[in-house]
Amino acid sequence: MQISIAVIVLVLSLIVFSIFYRGLPSLTWEMISQTPKGGYYFGKEGGVLNAIIGSLYLAFGATILALVMGLPVAMLMNIHLRKFKKLVNGVRFLLDLLWGVPSIVYGAFGFSVMIFFGMKTSLLAGIITVSLFILPIMIRAIDEVVKNVPVGLLEASMSLGSNKSQTAFMVYVRQCSSAIVTAIMISFGRAIGDAASVLFTTGYTDSIPTSVMQPSATLPLSIFFQLSSPIQEVQNRAYASAAILTIIILIISVLSRIISNKYNKNKIS
Amino acid sequence: MESKISIQNLNLSIGKNQILKNINLDIPENQVTIILGPSGCGKTTLLKCLNRLIDLEENVTITGSIFLDDEDILHTKSDLPGIRKKMGLLSQRPYPLPMNIYDNIAYGLRINGIHNKQIIRESVEHNLKQVNLWDEVQHRLKEPASRLSIGQQQRLCLARGLAVKPEIILADEPTSALDPLSSTAIEKKFVELKEEYTLVMVTHILRQARRIADYVVFMYLGEIVEHGTADEFFNHPKQEKTKAYLQGIFN
Ligand SMILES: Nc1ncnc2c1ncn2[C@@H]1O[C@H](COP(=O)(O)OP(=O)(O)OP(=O)(O)O)[C@@H](O)[C@H]1O
Ligand SMILES: [Mg+2]
Repeated sequence: MQISIAVIVLVLSLIVFSIFYRGLPSLTWEMISQTPKGGYYFGKEGGVLNAIIGSLYLAFGATILALVMGLPVAMLMNIHLRKFKKLVNGVRFLLDLLWGVPSIVYGAFGFSVMIFFGMKTSLLAGIITVSLFILPIMIRAIDEVVKNVPVGLLEASMSLGSNKSQTAFMVYVRQCSSAIVTAIMISFGRAIGDAASVLFTTGYTDSIPTSVMQPSATLPLSIFFQLSSPIQEVQNRAYASAAILTIIILIISVLSRIISNKYNKNKIS
Repeated sequence: MESKISIQNLNLSIGKNQILKNINLDIPENQVTIILGPSGCGKTTLLKCLNRLIDLEENVTITGSIFLDDEDILHTKSDLPGIRKKMGLLSQRPYPLPMNIYDNIAYGLRINGIHNKQIIRESVEHNLKQVNLWDEVQHRLKEPASRLSIGQQQRLCLARGLAVKPEIILADEPTSALDPLSSTAIEKKFVELKEEYTLVMVTHILRQARRIADYVVFMYLGEIVEHGTADEFFNHPKQEKTKAYLQGIFN
C-alpha cells in the first residue's frame, strides 16, 4: 500500500519535473501571448496562443456537449429506467467498452463521417468527435454515484408530487453535484489532453479560429509537432507547451474542487 | 365513521412471492390508523401501494383496487404525482432533500407551480411552526438540512410533507430512528393532525400504538388478521394470533 503510493507519487513527480525542467526556460510570455510567426518552427519568434485557445475552445465545447448529453442519460438509467435493471446493466457494460476504445478510433470514425458529408476539418467536427470520446466517461462517472443515491431520497421526492425528471434535475443533481463536477473535470482533462481524436477532425492552423467551422490548433498536436522537430529550441518549446497544458489541467482541478466543496455541503448522507 | 381509503381485494406479488394476500380494509377519515405486525409481513409494501411508490419496484403484479374517496388510484395511469401529493410520506429514517432548510419546504410548492415568494415564505414559517421546529431553525433557514439532528430532520420532513397540503399522512415507523423526546413530539403531532388529516402509521411499538391509535390493523404474513377500533383491538381481540402478538410472543 505505502509502496504503491510512493511509486505513484514518484512517477508523477518525475513526469511533472521533467516537463517543467525542460519547459520552464522556454515558457516565456511570448509563448502564451502570441501565435506562431513566420520562423516559429525554426526556433524564431511567436508562441502557441493558437493552440491554447484552440484547446480551450475544443475542451470546453466537447465537455459541455458531453455533459448535456450525458447527465440526462445517467439520470435516465437510474431513475426512469430503474425497473429495467438488466437493460441498464447492459448499457453500463457497453459504455465501459466504449470507455476502453482508443481515441484514434473515435478520430477515425469522426473523420469518415466528415468525409461522408464532405466536411473539412473544423473546430465543430473536433468538438463533436471529442464529445463522443468523453461521453462514456462522463456518463459512467456520474452514473457510479447516482446509482448509490439512497432509494429513500427518490421516494421522498416522488411523494411530494415531483415527477421523475424533477427528481432527477432538482434533487439528484444536487445530491450528486460534487460527483458531477468531478465527472466534468475528468472529461475535460481527457478532452484537452487527447491528440489522436483531433488529428483528422480539428486539423491544425497557426491562427486562432474565429468560427467553429474553421480548423483549429490544439496543445497536444502542437506538442507533437514541435517535439518531432530536429531543432533543440523547438523541442524545448514542446515541453513548455506541455507545461501549459499541465497548468491548465491543474487550474481546472483546483477550481472544480472549490466548486464541488461549495455545493457538497447540502448533500445528505 | 367515514372511510377515506378503501382497499378491496388487493393482492400483490413480487416475482413469484405473494407479498400481500387479499387485503380488504377501510381506513377511517380523520383518525389515526395503526398498522401492526411482525417484520416482513408486508406493512411497508401496503403503504407503498397507497402512494404508488410500489411502481418504482421491479417485477410487481398487483390486482384489486384502492379507492381514495371515490377514485380508484391503483390503476389510474394518469397523474401519479397528483395522487402522491395527496399523501404525505414519513419514512423510517428522515430523508431531507439535499438543499437548505428553507428550500426543503419550498421545493414541494415550487414543483407544484407556486413561485410567489411571499406565499412560500409564509408556508415555510407556518409549517415549521406546525411541527414545532420554527423556534429552533428560524435563524438558520439557509443552512443545509443535513446539519439538523435526526429528530429535527424528521420534523422537517413532516413539515415539508404538510406544505404540499396532503389529505393523508403515511408514516412508516417514523419514530424508530428518533430519541424518546422527538418520538413523543411526533406522536403528539399526529394526534393533533387528525383534526385535518387522515393518518396511517406503521409501528413496531405496541405502547406507541396504544397511545395514539384510533383504529388498528394487524397483519401477519401478508394477510390482515384482524382490524378494528383501538378499544376493540386492544381490549377484546378476537383472533388467537392477535392475542399472542399483544402478549409479545412474536417479538
Ligand atoms: N423489492 C422487493 N423484492 C422482493 N421482495 C420484497 C421486496 N420488497 C419487499 N419484499 C418482501 O416483501 C415482504 C414484505 O416486506 P415489507 O417491507 O412490506 O415488510 P414490513 O412488514 O414492512 O417489515 P418491517 O417491519 O421489517 O419493515 C418481505 O418478505 C420482503 O422480503
Ligand atoms: Mg417496513
